[in-house]
Amino acid sequence: MGTGRLYAAVAAGGFRRYATYRTATAAGVFTNTVFGVILAYTYLALWQERPHLGGYDEAQALTYVWIGQALLVAVSVMGGGFEDELMERIRTGDIAIDLYRPADLQLWWLAGDLGRALFQLLARGVAPMVAGVLLFPLALPTRPLTWLAFLAAVTLAVVVSFAIRFLVALSAFWLLDGTGVAQISWITATFCSGMLLPLNVFPGALGEIVRALPWASLIQAPADILLGAADPLPVFARQLAWAAALLAAGRMLQSVATRRVVVQGG
Amino acid sequence: MAETAYGGARPYGRIREGLRAYRLITAMWIRSTMAYRASFAMTTLGNFAATALDFVVILLMFSRIDALGGYQLPEVAFLYGLSATAFGLADLALGSMDRLGRRLRDGTLDTLLVRPAPVLAQVAADRFAVRRLGRLVQGVCVLGYALSALDIAWTPLKVAMIPLMLLSGGAIFCSVFVVGAAFQFVAQDASEVQNSFTYGGQTLLQYPPSIFAKELVRGVTFVLPLAFVNWLPALYVLGRPYPLDLPAWVAFTPPLVAAGCCALAGLAWRAGLRSYRSTGS
Repeated sequence: MGTGRLYAAVAAGGFRRYATYRTATAAGVFTNTVFGVILAYTYLALWQERPHLGGYDEAQALTYVWIGQALLVAVSVMGGGFEDELMERIRTGDIAIDLYRPADLQLWWLAGDLGRALFQLLARGVAPMVAGVLLFPLALPTRPLTWLAFLAAVTLAVVVSFAIRFLVALSAFWLLDGTGVAQISWITATFCSGMLLPLNVFPGALGEIVRALPWASLIQAPADILLGAADPLPVFARQLAWAAALLAAGRMLQSVATRRVVVQGG
Repeated sequence: MAETAYGGARPYGRIREGLRAYRLITAMWIRSTMAYRASFAMTTLGNFAATALDFVVILLMFSRIDALGGYQLPEVAFLYGLSATAFGLADLALGSMDRLGRRLRDGTLDTLLVRPAPVLAQVAADRFAVRRLGRLVQGVCVLGYALSALDIAWTPLKVAMIPLMLLSGGAIFCSVFVVGAAFQFVAQDASEVQNSFTYGGQTLLQYPPSIFAKELVRGVTFVLPLAFVNWLPALYVLGRPYPLDLPAWVAFTPPLVAAGCCALAGLAWRAGLRSYRSTGS
């Protein structure tokens, strides 16, 4: 089997695995929609008080809410992707089996996570967005090119998110129980990705800092492209830079970590 | 049925028995949590931090505005503190109930059914998580800030409203948890739906009702009575009008609403449990 086909098969497996739980997916769509409605009203109140806050008009702010709800699960802001499983494999020692498979550890999990993300984007992204369009006046672009650029940014967002969660999962080589690190990771991601509040609304220096951090690539970056609030190329460049740096860091950590693995003979 | 034949003493006996089982099981889980103190400290702190960020977002909003929907920061903090504390109580007591779906899927609910203790108490105490204190403490902190920052002409009645709101609000959220668990008997994989009403409800109540659409406010007043957790009674304390045209005495009805919710939740739970068929494998 060619290398490309191998990872394609892993990605397809990731897609199908999540596609199995239909009721759970419907339940998730419902929850995303409810939270979208609540957030939309708070944003409306905020933007009525301060029109053009953060450079968005009211319709753009509302659209931002629904982009956030649509991407929340796809880019795994609050975890729930592959990392729990990888950490469990490290803790139990099953990782040793993964390491002598004729496949690259990082690429294997990345392929699976991309498959998962594609399913989550289609299932838990499209439906809440449709609800948002029906309930609120949104500012969605009509040019197909903007949508294409948005999809590219979402793909890069998934890769950046994966790279961060891969680092988090590898911490289990040293800590064994990675629950604490995973928790810190999703709390940071929720706050710094712009999930709760657009990052360009954050005041002063705090705003400068969160916009420079890698988590800005998860929600804020794709949202700005879809809202036409940012030029796509610099956004892609920043996302790519973070993806490359974090994936490289993951590889380095992986090579340090695997030197610690001792396979017990028997 | 035997239960009715024995008259009124039976239900009280069952409640006492349930509370005893709940106490024993939670004590066991607390002991087992305390075996890993560092992990407990970290997850409690994490729980505190995760909920604190909610409030940080409100603070960030108020760094750009002076009032949200006509409410100043201390007033929003008052609503937030009440909602978060009431929810924190319910979450601490019954927050583990969303694990019921997993027990239904793998059939381990059967082991609870054969034990000589009420199933509801066992499910509620299952994997009791002390770390949820983090959420409760955070709510109390914000409430404390709000009470010190608010400029209210306190009367004995208004003071009495605070514990009354927290207890009735906690009971209302508890009944939402129980109904959510009962719903999982019907749709096992749908445990996330209840997040809309528990976490979602708590988020909704953190903000003043004036910013939401009238239909939404009507929905949480008349259909799913979350407005009785804090909106209606708290707006009386703050001396502000409720967006819907309701008589003034409605502000004092939360205990009644809570009692009604608990009764309905109990019925829903019974219906759910009765419909349970094991996995069969």
